[in-house]
Amino acid sequence: MEQKRVVVVGNGMIGYKFCEKLVSKSDAFLITVFGEEPRRAYDRVHLSEYFNGKTADDLSLSTENWYAERNITLYLDDAVKAIDRDQQTVRSANGHVLSYDFLVIATGSSAFVPDIPGIDKEGVFVYRTIDDLVLIEEYAKRARTGAVMGGGLLGLEAAKALMDLNLKETHVVEFAPRLMPRQIDNRGSEMLQSKLHSIGLKIHLNMGTSSIEGDNCIQYIQFNDGTVLETDMLVISAGIRPRDELAKLCGIETGSRGGILVNEFMQTNDPSVFAIGECALFDHNIYGLIAPGYEMAEVVVSRLCGIEKTFKGFDMSTKLKLIGVDVASFGDPFTTEPDSRTIVFEDTHKGIYKRINISTDGKYLLGGILIGDAEGYNMLLQTVNNKILLPPNPEDMIIGARGNNPQEQQAGVAGLPDEALICSCEGITKGGICSAVADHGCETVDAIKKYTKAGTGCGGCVPMIKDLMVHAMKMKGKYLRNVVCEHFELSRQELYDLIKIHQLKSYDEVLDGLGKGDGCEVCKPLVASLLASIWNDMILRKGNAAAQDSNDRFLANIQKGGSYSVVPRIPGGEITPDKLIVIGEVAKEYNLYTKITGGQRIDMFGAHLSDLPFIWEKLIAAGFESGHAYGKGLRTVKSCVGSTWCRFGLHDSVSFAIRIEERYRGLRAPHKFKSGVSGCIRECAEAQSKDFGIIATERGWNLYVCGNGGGKPQHGLLLATDIDSDTCIRYIDRFLMFYIHTADPLTRTATWLNKMEGGIDYLRNVILNDSLQLAAVWEAEMEVFVKSYECEWKAAVEDPSVRKRFNHFVNSPMEKDSSVKFEEMRGQKKAADWSV
Amino acid sequence: MEMTKQVAWFAACRVEDAVENGGVCVKYHDQQVALFYFTRRDEWYATQNECPHKKQMALSRGLLGAVEDQPKIACPFHKKTFSLKTGECLNGDECAITTYPVRVENGMVYIGFNL
Ligand code: SRM
Ligand SMILES: Cc1cc2nc3c(=O)[nH]c(=O)nc-3n(C[C@H](O)[C@H](O)[C@H](O)COP(=O)(O)OP(=O)(O)OC[C@H]3O[C@@H](n4cnc5c(N)ncnc54)[C@H](O)[C@@H]3O)c2cc1C
Ligand code: SF4
Ligand code: FES
Repeated sequence: MEQKRVVVVGNGMIGYKFCEKLVSKSDAFLITVFGEEPRRAYDRVHLSEYFNGKTADDLSLSTENWYAERNITLYLDDAVKAIDRDQQTVRSANGHVLSYDFLVIATGSSAFVPDIPGIDKEGVFVYRTIDDLVLIEEYAKRARTGAVMGGGLLGLEAAKALMDLNLKETHVVEFAPRLMPRQIDNRGSEMLQSKLHSIGLKIHLNMGTSSIEGDNCIQYIQFNDGTVLETDMLVISAGIRPRDELAKLCGIETGSRGGILVNEFMQTNDPSVFAIGECALFDHNIYGLIAPGYEMAEVVVSRLCGIEKTFKGFDMSTKLKLIGVDVASFGDPFTTEPDSRTIVFEDTHKGIYKRINISTDGKYLLGGILIGDAEGYNMLLQTVNNKILLPPNPEDMIIGARGNNPQEQQAGVAGLPDEALICSCEGITKGGICSAVADHGCETVDAIKKYTKAGTGCGGCVPMIKDLMVHAMKMKGKYLRNVVCEHFELSRQELYDLIKIHQLKSYDEVLDGLGKGDGCEVCKPLVASLLASIWNDMILRKGNAAAQDSNDRFLANIQKGGSYSVVPRIPGGEITPDKLIVIGEVAKEYNLYTKITGGQRIDMFGAHLSDLPFIWEKLIAAGFESGHAYGKGLRTVKSCVGSTWCRFGLHDSVSFAIRIEERYRGLRAPHKFKSGVSGCIRECAEAQSKDFGIIATERGWNLYVCGNGGGKPQHGLLLATDIDSDTCIRYIDRFLMFYIHTADPLTRTATWLNKMEGGIDYLRNVILNDSLQLAAVWEAEMEVFVKSYECEWKAAVEDPSVRKRFNHFVNSPMEKDSSVKFEEMRGQKKAADWSV
Repeated sequence: MEMTKQVAWFAACRVEDAVENGGVCVKYHDQQVALFYFTRRDEWYATQNECPHKKQMALSRGLLGAVEDQPKIACPFHKKTFSLKTGECLNGDECAITTYPVRVENGMVYIGFNL
């Protein structure tokens, strides 16, 4: 069969999607693609992640050979310059002339740059392509302050990106009287403003710009009202301009305000020329979102393959991807009386604003706005799109049924019809997702993404896909698993629950009751750690000793050469001169190397196994206790000196650090965890690099969570602001218990959060709003734990049967291991190097 | 167990001195031997105490376990695992460890060394 020639102009998101859809439906076409950018189509929606370390390759929508493998010719860095409609040919910048049977224009849009004097100065950017971001990143290195012109969806995203580039100050300048004027109302905008303000963005509304001033580079923005704003750089995000210049040149009809006019088949006035994506003007609308663009691609593919399908317009519901602030708008957000009734919920304390518009008969949801908490977005959108009858009290949809249970949300997905569109980007329905799970064995979100493509566009539907997956698996009598090893076909979380329910107290009981075989180095320490987390028994009792990792088994870290280290707890880093003397004396007596650690305490290295109980006996007598430097549990709570001495200190950070360290000492967890308390924002205690960190504010404490040092450093994220000490402790109780219950083995809090669907917003909802209704249980569990704490080294030295395990030779108890070798260095000893 | 050669049985310790489901280190002249009491399987094993990976006297302080039905010991330093039956390294290229026969009589544990 003779192949028809299809030429695609533009290798952006929609141009790519068109190719993908066409080759999957038919091989009757010979496809050629021209792209003006130098790289293969990439995920523009997640463009900002380029600043978070994603590379152009990570963002790419296809693999290198994707086009070649499908016999598609791809010309990159080669824009189409002219279309000859009579000859049915296109001509590119590099001189390629190609004839076509069908031409698909997918040229997208460019940032609209208003014609303001000085707009072409250095330091003024747009935010559209990877190349733009490369320029911005480079320039930002020299800049102190930045501004964004435009407070819409993209403008706010660009502003957040500038903040993340560590500019000292970031401003948003908006012409309209509110932010995101197309999506949210005035009250919503006010709430959003105060939220953004609290993360450090400065917002200026009602600002018309008259010029950009500066010598060569921008120095300040001059406003119509005579005021100015000093800034080192400016990103323009004042709207988009459809790229219709090619169409205009060859006489294809365009709209008066731009955009290539198309009918419901995405056909232009020339029936063999189509336009899709952001360059297309359908029914007076330019659709600046990915989902409608994908739908347009589908319509053209159908048309080419002789399938009846039309474009019917598209829902413009959106959720902002800004970190730390939830914003969503769905259906018709603005409709008012007399066409509809409005229900509003406002909580200025927590910064939440929710509005829903319902039909006058109270039966249907028409649209709404969510600020500060967009948890309900997916369900609300489904309720609008599927015309689901509202419950008798529609307000429950935004404030939750009073006396409700956590299953509510589940009942939500279960109640959706099979045709409900879940992923609007890829057009995947609930039925499609459930069938992927039930009939095609997709039992992870990744598997579903791979099989159905749902969730691969803007990603907004991922939480719902997860709910549906759980729902579909439950229907099949299955549940999620991530098993430990060949001896336990259970996840850590399942093991946790079962050990508790069956009251299992030793490794052998657990293996007999829940596992099979004889155990291994993976499940033993894992179970031992769970037993410690759950029962808080001294870890070397009840036959659990031999299941511990070596460091836990000997309550000390084993060193190169086989000696051990001794780390007494020094809460908050505060220590008396008398105690310092004791450490010095003990170290001298047992010939130990001493060093101040990175965790504000003192490590004594090079102890023989058989000396450990004697060393600890002396330390305990002087009032020290185990520092748990060996365990997967609380390490140190670093403190700065705080208000007792420091001229900037706002509160007594040392006292609070000690209180925290003493509360959580000995608590076993999936991995070690650390904390820090700083007395003011100068952050001398580096609290933001800790699993949980606390910084004093004028009004209380800010609590950050899930920071990490180590090989992949990551700053903690702000969980709660201006809270008092008791609230702070309550939140930490919940946070730690949630972590202990649910994290995979050997997963630090940062990694745990990175894997959590919904991220920090979800976590905040669980901890602050008690969305799982487990806070009381967790707090009670923590209280039991705190009360039953005992120093395990004290217990060990006092129990002869435990104590005898610290001999190196079973048949020569007092003899030291002569293979342990030390060398001398700067007047102290060091472990001899590995001999191999 | 290989019984054709002449074996000298060395009295290592009493049963109750051994660690259940774990190891202890036995001094035999100037050698160190790891003795394991795999209580779950009611089996005893002895091997050299030195881990061949970094030459650390450490195997007695490792974790006992099994892969399928093969009993093994994991070194506490870098978790290399060795078969307790054959001494072979189960992670690939590392060289094997020496194993010794074990006998229990009247509450005493004996390790057999070739003469
Ligand atoms: C002693 C100390 C270094 C020093 O001389 O300062 C140290 C020493 C060890 N660190 Fe550390 N870390 C020490 C502070 C840190 C810090 C700094 C801090 O806490 O402020 C970090 C980065 C912060 C963090 O953890 O987020 C740190 C990140 C690590 C990591 C990487 C963790 C990660 O998530 O990537 C490991 C490996 C692990 O735990 O799996 C590790 C593991 C170890 C071990 C336990 C390795 C081992 O298994 O033998 C080292 C043996 C200590 C011993 O024998 O007592 N150490 N380690 C510090 C002890 C602090 C204390 O008082 O308890
Ligand atoms: C920062 C940012 C965040 C966004 N976030 C979201 C979001 O959260 N949700 C959402 O739904 N949408 C979002 N969008 C919008 C979304 O990215 C666009 O709707 C989508 O990329 C449009 O695809 P397109 O193919 O029509 O245009 P583009 O992706 O712009 O692709 C058009 C391509 O055609 C090329 N081209 C133009 N003229 C020619 C020519 N003559 N010859 C050859 N090639 C040419 C262009 O260089 C470009 O590469 C975001 C956009 C940006 C910039
Ligand atoms: S963090 Fe603030 S209060 Fe604490 S020592 Fe530094 S400057 Fe002082
Ligand atoms: S020294 Fe034993 S595994 Fe490395």
